[in-house]
Amino acid sequence: MSPSTPALLEVSHLTMRFGGVTAIDDLSMSVQAREITSIIGPNGAGKTTLFNCLTGFYRPTSGTITMQHPQHGALRLECLPSHELAREAQILRTFQNIRLFPKMTVLENLVVAQHNTLQHASMFSLAGLLGLARYRNAEEGAVQTALALLRRFDLMAQADSPAGGLAYGVQRRVEIARAMAARPRIVCLDEPAAGLNPSESAALNDLLLSLISEEGVAVLLVEHDMAVVMKVSQRVVVLNYGRKIAEGTPLEVQNDPHVIAAYLGEPDEPDEADQKEKSTGVSEEAAA
Amino acid sequence: MADPMAQDKGRQPRRRLTDAALAALVAFLLGIPFIGLTTVEVGGRLAVQTRWSWLLAAAGLVFLGRLAVRWLFERQQAARGRTNRPRAMNRLGTSNGSKLAGAFVIGVAVVLPFAFHDNRYVVDTATTVLIYVMLGWGLNVVVGLAGLLDLGYVAFYAVGAYTYALLATQFGLSFWWCLPIAGLFAAAFGVLLGYPTLRLRGDYLAIVTLGFGEIIRLVLLNWTDLTHGPDGIASIPRPTLFGLSFAPPGDVATVAGALGIDFAPWHRMVFLYLVILGLALLTNLLVLRLRRLPIGRAWEAMREDEIACRALGINVTNVKLSAFALGATLGGIAGVFFAARQGFISPESFTFTESAIILAIVVLGGSGSQFGVVLAACVLVLLPELGRNFSEYRMLLFGAAMVAIMVWRPGGLLSMRRATVNSVREERAVALREAGVPS
Repeated sequence: MSPSTPALLEVSHLTMRFGGVTAIDDLSMSVQAREITSIIGPNGAGKTTLFNCLTGFYRPTSGTITMQHPQHGALRLECLPSHELAREAQILRTFQNIRLFPKMTVLENLVVAQHNTLQHASMFSLAGLLGLARYRNAEEGAVQTALALLRRFDLMAQADSPAGGLAYGVQRRVEIARAMAARPRIVCLDEPAAGLNPSESAALNDLLLSLISEEGVAVLLVEHDMAVVMKVSQRVVVLNYGRKIAEGTPLEVQNDPHVIAAYLGEPDEPDEADQKEKSTGVSEEAAA
Repeated sequence: MADPMAQDKGRQPRRRLTDAALAALVAFLLGIPFIGLTTVEVGGRLAVQTRWSWLLAAAGLVFLGRLAVRWLFERQQAARGRTNRPRAMNRLGTSNGSKLAGAFVIGVAVVLPFAFHDNRYVVDTATTVLIYVMLGWGLNVVVGLAGLLDLGYVAFYAVGAYTYALLATQFGLSFWWCLPIAGLFAAAFGVLLGYPTLRLRGDYLAIVTLGFGEIIRLVLLNWTDLTHGPDGIASIPRPTLFGLSFAPPGDVATVAGALGIDFAPWHRMVFLYLVILGLALLTNLLVLRLRRLPIGRAWEAMREDEIACRALGINVTNVKLSAFALGATLGGIAGVFFAARQGFISPESFTFTESAIILAIVVLGGSGSQFGVVLAACVLVLLPELGRNFSEYRMLLFGAAMVAIMVWRPGGLLSMRRATVNSVREERAVALREAGVPS
């Protein structure tokens, strides 16, 4: 919220309509570097649509998305196609329904993520076909990067297994590792904790925190698991019916009457029901 | 949980019976015009006779056959369910084994024409097998690696063949010059097909490629000024060896004359065989290397998930077009060889059946598997040849064999995928490096 330095990513007056349905309605928000920004809201609030706009899969009906890129300066993202957005702006994403390359091994998945660097080094496959050192070194580098990430994500044991055969929670980790292999500045994680058990989601918390502190990336998180959201986020944006109804620190958001109303409905008899049904994250946060 | 399963099992025999009865009914209805009615000559005039007993027998056969197929399928599925095997295979072992097998096959392929040089039939059939192997490897890039279902692959084969036929007969360009030219020309056609189909996948893409193949054939058939239409192009020059031809002694320089040996007709046949063997091996080498390069991995990644590719910054348009272009180039080069070997081409040689056979080779071989393509090409070319004794029933045999392969090996003859990078080698390198650094 500090106006002195421009935010890493600035979304302003973003609107996305599908025919008569307004999935995102005049949304403005910002993402700071080295922070975890969470986007929460009831089902159908427009969270995944927002991700699709940010990563170039949808072209917004109106509004702008601006990124302050250290090399390219101010980048306008709303008109870039998805692959250029991932390549130039280095915004990488994961998907709500995991999208790995199932028949390829985990290691290959991470090497594919470095396609553009490698393709450049292979000089349109020519250097690669001839087996020049220039390409072989680049490939070795890519494999080392991938292996380092696999070690970090505790995936070494699965490195040579086809990704499609792994357990669900492991696949989620592979997808995050694959996004990291593409050297992102911003990673957009779409429900990374969905389907994880409590110990796995605790491990995910640590992982996310280490990503921002050690890799220096900004994380955008869409998540329903409040235990994750409230523990790791620096900032939370709450959407409902495509509109932003609240924004702030986890604590601020939890006590926002609009948020409570959106999640639980307008109370007939106030307080009783609210206090009970607040997520576990609330009480823990308050206790801490 | 167990209750509905048991119920399901109890219902299964009846479901199988009704399913088979339905198949028999369809066969019966279809069979009325085909089997039930026949024309016979009665006193110089045609009369229609009925053969109800035949028809009933056919329907009965279909009934039993359908039951048997269902039973086989279910047994297979049950077996697969039981052995949920996490096949732990020795990577090094298989790679060594396949290397040995590959070397053996290449050795046999090189020796074969010399061993059988007096048997024209064997060398000719082997040449045909190799053409299909090359076509299969070309299509394998598009279908097996990039996952783009192409039903019109024969179009590129035709483009290559006609490019050589026209350039050679009209401008006197040699076979060896025409190989790259026709390859590039076919690649251009590949991109031409690729552009409008960029957004299509699966069945929609298949329909468009099918149409593309037909368009090319119809253009060849009807553009009589250029292609002589259905009459085809005849007396296409044969390939030469460094300008020396394989002809009986005459006014042109011949190989036999240069080597000072007696002319024999088998020289040319063996030469042609060796040319296509060389082309096919080059194709194999190229595709195997490309598969391990970024572009090859991008093809496979695109086959697995196009959206994930885009999210990782891969330009799917380029990846797709490159797959189409490379597949088309290889098909075009095979076409040049085909025209040079036949000496005569007409649109008859480039019908949809050819596309179907090439696709069948790729699918039966196990999509993406290079060695599987060789096996499948042998099966698909040799089976109709071996079945010649069965005269018109050989296509029936052919079809039955294809069904059998797909029932027993649904993934193709060889469907195992080998990874393009392994962690093991790299890990060892790291360990060595770390050990080398004194701490």
